[in-house]
Amino acid sequence: MKLKQLESLLGSLQQFDNPKIELEQYPTGPHIASRLLYTAENSFGDVTDKVVADFGCGCGTLGLAAALLGAEHVIGFDIDAESIEIAYSNADELELDMDFVQCDIRNLGLSDRNIDTVVMNPPFGTRKKGADMEFLSVALKVASQAVYSLHKTTTRDHIKRTALRDYNARSAEVVCELRFDVPQLYKFHKKKEVDVAVDLWRFVPKTDRSKDS
Amino acid sequence: MRLLTHNMLSSNIKGVTNGFPLLIEAVKVVEKEVDFNEDFLKNMFVKVEWKALVEASRTLGYTELPESAEASMLDSDEFLRKFHHALLELHLEDGALVCPETGRKFPVSKGIPNMLLHEDEV
Repeated sequence: MKLKQLESLLGSLQQFDNPKIELEQYPTGPHIASRLLYTAENSFGDVTDKVVADFGCGCGTLGLAAALLGAEHVIGFDIDAESIEIAYSNADELELDMDFVQCDIRNLGLSDRNIDTVVMNPPFGTRKKGADMEFLSVALKVASQAVYSLHKTTTRDHIKRTALRDYNARSAEVVCELRFDVPQLYKFHKKKEVDVAVDLWRFVPKTDRSKDS
Repeated sequence: MRLLTHNMLSSNIKGVTNGFPLLIEAVKVVEKEVDFNEDFLKNMFVKVEWKALVEASRTLGYTELPESAEASMLDSDEFLRKFHHALLELHLEDGALVCPETGRKFPVSKGIPNMLLHEDEV
């Protein structure tokens, strides 16, 4: 599937009706989502025929992108039932298979045997401090091949240091820097649109068993 | 929810020593055909908890999986197809996943399990 086609399909997905600020619900735009998954597959072979988990899946954008690129089994995890409803409907629209689990990722009993790749656009930790790190910690515990995640560029050094020192990462690289369009979703947003500088990270956990990492 | 997903989940309720595998209460089961991928299956075989998969598939009404399995069986197309069917084509639509130690039920609706823990379970 071509990048443009992927981006177009993702652009047709339904997004949050009533985003919940305390969960930092922001849609992952089709531009970022398509590039994240496209890179994961074309540069690293982390998607096609793999088991892919989407942590904090929201409306399912990243997980569905993985399914579109041939992931064999995709599971979306989110704490919010309403988002999962939307994600479920999106999967149905595109006639894609995707499992969903409603849970708090911090206390979910999840094995580290079966998931190859985790993709996520986690909360940045602006409402609940440390939320971004919690997501990253869990992701690196369960993924066996790679973790792709988006974090604010301002947290770059902290993320790299913590991932390598505390979260069992063998490597932590910024694949590229993106600008995340934050549309005026919430009442406290004064500007119509704001660009946040965001890093797309690729982490490899120490349990990685693939040949090239 | 596919049995591959069930194979990854366990009860993490405070105090529980072994929350795997979750028992299944099946109210509605659906079968959805999906393409056969031999390499994927061979890869998954070593990662799957076999007994849990057999138990779960039986609860969903599929009795074809052998009680125990070894790598040599992967040479058999017939075995692979049964494995494929149980792992990827059976879906628990409605029912519950049950903690094997406490009996606490995690409801499953439209294939989506709710694994959220109550405050006193964390």
